[in-house]
Amino acid sequence: MKSESNHEADARAGECANCPNNKPPQAEYETQGRRKFLNYLLGTGFGATAIAIFYPILKFITPPRVIEAAQNSVSAGKVSELALNSGKIFKFGNKPGILIRSATGELKAFSAVCTHLDCIVQYQPEKKQIWCACHNGQYNLSGQNVGGPPPRPLEEYVVNTRGEEIVVSKA
Amino acid sequence: MKTENITLWLDDRLGLSAIAHLARKKEIPIHRHSIWYYFGGMTLFLFSVQVGTGILLLLYYRPSAETAFESVQFIVTEVQFGWLIRSVHSWSANLMIATLFIHMFSVYFMRSYRRPREVTWLSGVLLLLLAVGFGFSGYLLPWNKLAFFATKVGTEIAGVVPVVGRPMLRFLRGGEDVTGATLTRFFGFHVAVLPAITTLIIGIHLALVQKHGMSVPASLEGKDLKKMKFIPGFFLRDLIGWVLAIGVLAALAAIFPWELGEKADAFASAPTGIRPEWYFLFMFQTLKLIPAKVLSFDGEVLGILAFTVGGLLLFIVPFLDDPAKPRRRTLFTVIGVIVVLYIVVLTIVGYVG
Amino acid sequence: MKLTNDPPANPRSRSRSYALVSVLIPLIALLLFVTASAQKKNSCVECHSTMDGALSEPVRLSRGDVHDARGLSCVDCHRGDATKDDMAAAMDRRKGFIGKPRPAEIPALCGRCHSNAGFMKTFNPGLRVDQEREYATSVHGTLLKGGDSKVATCISCHGNHGVRAINDPLSKVYALNVAETCGSCHGNADYMRSYNIPNNQFEKYKTSVHAKALYEKQDLSAPTCNDCHGNHGAAPPGLSSVANVCGQCHVRQATLFQSNPHKTVFGLMRAGECVQCHSNHGIVPPSDEMLGVGEKSACTQCHGKGDSGYAAAERMRDKIDQMSASIIRATEILNRAERAGMEVSKPRFELNEAKDVLTQGRVLVHTFSPDELEKIVAPGLEVANKSYSAGGAALAELSFRRKGLAGSLVFILFLAGLIYLKVRELERRGVDPRTQQ
Repeated sequence: MKSESNHEADARAGECANCPNNKPPQAEYETQGRRKFLNYLLGTGFGATAIAIFYPILKFITPPRVIEAAQNSVSAGKVSELALNSGKIFKFGNKPGILIRSATGELKAFSAVCTHLDCIVQYQPEKKQIWCACHNGQYNLSGQNVGGPPPRPLEEYVVNTRGEEIVVSKA
Repeated sequence: MKTENITLWLDDRLGLSAIAHLARKKEIPIHRHSIWYYFGGMTLFLFSVQVGTGILLLLYYRPSAETAFESVQFIVTEVQFGWLIRSVHSWSANLMIATLFIHMFSVYFMRSYRRPREVTWLSGVLLLLLAVGFGFSGYLLPWNKLAFFATKVGTEIAGVVPVVGRPMLRFLRGGEDVTGATLTRFFGFHVAVLPAITTLIIGIHLALVQKHGMSVPASLEGKDLKKMKFIPGFFLRDLIGWVLAIGVLAALAAIFPWELGEKADAFASAPTGIRPEWYFLFMFQTLKLIPAKVLSFDGEVLGILAFTVGGLLLFIVPFLDDPAKPRRRTLFTVIGVIVVLYIVVLTIVGYVG
Repeated sequence: MKLTNDPPANPRSRSRSYALVSVLIPLIALLLFVTASAQKKNSCVECHSTMDGALSEPVRLSRGDVHDARGLSCVDCHRGDATKDDMAAAMDRRKGFIGKPRPAEIPALCGRCHSNAGFMKTFNPGLRVDQEREYATSVHGTLLKGGDSKVATCISCHGNHGVRAINDPLSKVYALNVAETCGSCHGNADYMRSYNIPNNQFEKYKTSVHAKALYEKQDLSAPTCNDCHGNHGAAPPGLSSVANVCGQCHVRQATLFQSNPHKTVFGLMRAGECVQCHSNHGIVPPSDEMLGVGEKSACTQCHGKGDSGYAAAERMRDKIDQMSASIIRATEILNRAERAGMEVSKPRFELNEAKDVLTQGRVLVHTFSPDELEKIVAPGLEVANKSYSAGGAALAELSFRRKGLAGSLVFILFLAGLIYLKVRELERRGVDPRTQQ
């Protein structure tokens, strides 16, 4: 980047001692125009990059739809949606859980993974017990293995209600 | 015009014109090795990226063993652009340490630590330590299997140091083992303790750099060199680098997103092939190569002591080197080259072996 | 504390100590006598322990014996007199001594105690007392009564002298040891030659999924010989009662089969229900190949091209294959998305429901009705497809991000270039690096 000549320096300053009528030469206007254009582009460029940076940040700090990461405590549905003496499977972390509303209205929740060979258990309303269809494993409503091959009880979870909402959390 | 009025108003209250004057006066000498001058600023830029993305992550992260992993999973899946912020944070950490190493070695080989810049060097080595501390503490925060075991092994190594080792280990871990207490403690270090100290030391480092100006290699001292103004020339060039760095970070985040892994399980056995982050790898690899017993001493302890001594020597390099003695100069250059080669080779071995 | 042996100075305390000693010594002697006689004299052990080989084996084995632990000894089974040292007097047959009992005598010998409810109650009230009666109904028992002395009796499985409780891992009839015990005769081709039954049961059992569960996974609930054949009343289940036996564990399949026309047909054909398709001893995990009309199909054993059963088999296989394929497809795309860094745990979880449907479908095959299968496969396919779409959405999001990146990189490079141009422009303008202006 060589230095400008004194002539051009003067021209920039608006003076031109050697020029016919002290006016800057034509080239000067072009340089001025180019500079203005470059500045304009630069401003736009910075602006666009700034937006590209601040837009994601703005979206980031906006609370997402699902408010919490709650994995140790899961909402398992509404009380009114679960009939008496019935059960349903729900997602607890990455594993299935079974939520049971007993005939007396009590809510219980267990891991739905059978302790024998990992099949998913189900609730049998007629017998009021939890049953595994794979090899006829049976658990009572305390989660204890009372029949068939399962060697261990089902892990029990803690159930609370927040108004209508059923909240299941690890014991 | 409006801007001029505002500037005058601010200047009256804040004395900005004095700072502006200093900034305008600052000049950068141009010579064959000027390219290395960019790396300090790049490290600083990447550090501010860390601070920015770190603060954003703080809005959603939860520092307990039961919730940390899930909260990071949440950030990466549910929060808008969470994947971007998190990956940028992780990648930028690594890039920052890389540029920090380059900056340090370029200063070393150019001998910029010569009088009167010794304290600048000292503050720089402290910053290296702080950066590595940031890296080590931050790595645990997602609470995944890899991080858990890396922390376990890392603190175990710290505990091997004689006398102070075990108290240090208990201090770091918040107990005897790596537990949720360790996580909370590391979180405290990472977002409060280290940033506070680092801000202070960076302040000192930058102030000293402004005070002494940019150093030139000894062979060029006194010569009449071309100078570039910091504003606008050098600064705009800096800016080009920083803009490109943003591009690199965005590309890394989108093409090589940082892994989440599996949640840590204190009772599971260590996964095969665990190793620390690349900036620890050469030390880790060295410890693996040292035989279990050297003479009658424990090999691991010797290795750690050797590195500690090495670190101390690095710290006091300005006082060991004597630029006036050419033999000393050559010795230090050779040592430096050997160290760089050692680090590079062992890091590669650590990955490939 | 006084440590010396000085006699008591006081005469009264002296006489007191004499009195004490004169009571204590006889008491101690009595105690010793009682304990000595409690370890009754056992001349059987005394003699036989000094002998070699097989004659001393009963003594050695009795150490871990469950009867011995309960205080029973040689004479409780063999009778005779253990107080006599003289061999003839101790083993006097005229006085009831039973030497080595003949095989035909053994059930009654053991049954003398084990069929006596009142007696067994004093040891273990929970033990059954009908083993002897059950044994009489078994193949072994029936043959024994007919004069065959090669068949198994009580001691063949339980041992004679080192008998252990059945939940003792060292017992020959512990769950993990049963198959080997039965196989010691039934797997011996020479021994079984005259019986005209196969002798590869143990070999085949060892290849089975039940054996794998039992031996590798140590799942003691897995069936071994006695779970299907009975232990004392050992007999193969009747051809038309196989489903009942398998149905003890495989309830759903058995129930479905038994309410199905196949049950009647199999009965008429003298085909062994479950065994017809699944085999009896070498039961391997069923594969989808067994269904349908392919080479390895079980259906084509009876059904030929053109009959409705053949068509039904084809349709059922088709549905199962569809279901299986949809799950594989969904799993693949979710894996791809996950490897590329996207989080897909929710669709993966939902896919579990589809896997459940597939398991159920394979059970519902035992209705032999394609319509029944369709009832669960149709919603199952929906679930699998939903997971597949979620995987696709994840990949689409990934692609969107990369496009976004490409776009922003264009901006960024453009900006970097502009700054560079600006720098050049400023420097060309004479913002001379050397000077102030």
